[in-house]
Amino acid sequence: MGPVSFFQKLFGGGAQKPPETVQPSGARINRRSSGLKEFFRNLEGQEGLSVLDLGATSATNIAWLTNRGHALYTEDVLTSAWDSALQITGEDGKPTLDVVRFMAENMRFQGRSFDAVLCWDVADYLPEALVKPVVEKMCSVMKPGGTLLAFFHTRDAGPDAPYYRYHLAGNEMLQLQATTKGGGPQFRLQRVFNNRHIENLFREFASLKFFLARDNVREVIVVR
Amino acid sequence: MWKPGKPEERTPVAPAAPAPQWTNTAPPTPKETRPVETSRFNEPRTEMAHIGKSVIIKGELSGSEDLYLDGEVEGTIELRDNSLTVGPNGRVRANTHAKDVVVHGKVNGNLRADRVELKKSALVTGDIITQRVVIEDGAFFKGGIDIQREQAKEAPKAEARPVVAPVSASAAVGVGSTPGVQGSLIEAKKL
Repeated sequence: MGPVSFFQKLFGGGAQKPPETVQPSGARINRRSSGLKEFFRNLEGQEGLSVLDLGATSATNIAWLTNRGHALYTEDVLTSAWDSALQITGEDGKPTLDVVRFMAENMRFQGRSFDAVLCWDVADYLPEALVKPVVEKMCSVMKPGGTLLAFFHTRDAGPDAPYYRYHLAGNEMLQLQATTKGGGPQFRLQRVFNNRHIENLFREFASLKFFLARDNVREVIVVR
Repeated sequence: MWKPGKPEERTPVAPAAPAPQWTNTAPPTPKETRPVETSRFNEPRTEMAHIGKSVIIKGELSGSEDLYLDGEVEGTIELRDNSLTVGPNGRVRANTHAKDVVVHGKVNGNLRADRVELKKSALVTGDIITQRVVIEDGAFFKGGIDIQREQAKEAPKAEARPVVAPVSASAAVGVGSTPGVQGSLIEAKKL
């Protein structure tokens, strides 16, 4: 059963697609974010913080953060995660992902530790084998008290939920740019996490705070 | 059935089973087949040195003229007062120091320049130390960015420090990211 038919069965699906999929590539959608507001509230009054951006590369984010005196490290984790070179044949003869190689070649921050992490909705699009190692790595490179912002789709989002490049446009405003068409890489939603899954995912962290948005996305502020 | 118009009326479903998973049916990321603007690179370049795509250099590359690099370099690149353009076939495994750097190809190493521009076909892994950086949508960048404020070269007054908006997104990234619009999003810090 393909992912689309699975979703159609799961949700009593019809042929109608979510409205997000008709957005032209390159267009930006303004979206208010309570999680982002909380994220910046946690950073308020601090300069020279070290911020990690795991989403698709955004010059806007670089400008936004560096102009506030923060240092930024950016790594497009999904592009690396879906690199065909990581596909190997497992012991059972089935194709699998070389997690060891991925972790050896990616998310190597050369001793850096971070005060804040913009994880966006990367976890929803990661290959299953990488979810836990990537979250553990994030935990290990965050400073105690550091803040992480993550987005998780709800079931209503559907398998064709577009993968966005997130641009910072204000203390509580984002611009979403779909990369499902056109020049950018395309990723498909791999899973949905419920609240318990999310709590388990970040069980090594000190606290979580959920914000439910109207567009089938939960925003989560996680404090190390 | 999707109900895109009334998301707030949906009843949340609390699954007892582990999160459902799907395989990624999207094609693997074609890192080596990124689109490049080939037509511009076929034009003759008489104003700068040109290293062709069949050339491989290992060691220190330095000079006092602008360089267009479409081959491979492994080592270091020093063009402190000149610009370096890494062409679409260019492969650099080196720490680079130049006045301006434009990347269409692949760079593994740190880039230090007054201005760094990553075109949409660029694949850059390493740290960037610069005063201004321009990154087109589609460019792949992995590394840290250290934005350094411009030195007041012509006005040696001790307190005359320029207010700059050092990072600008390329005009290609669309609404809200052109340099002019970008400026409105940035609060220039006064020192």
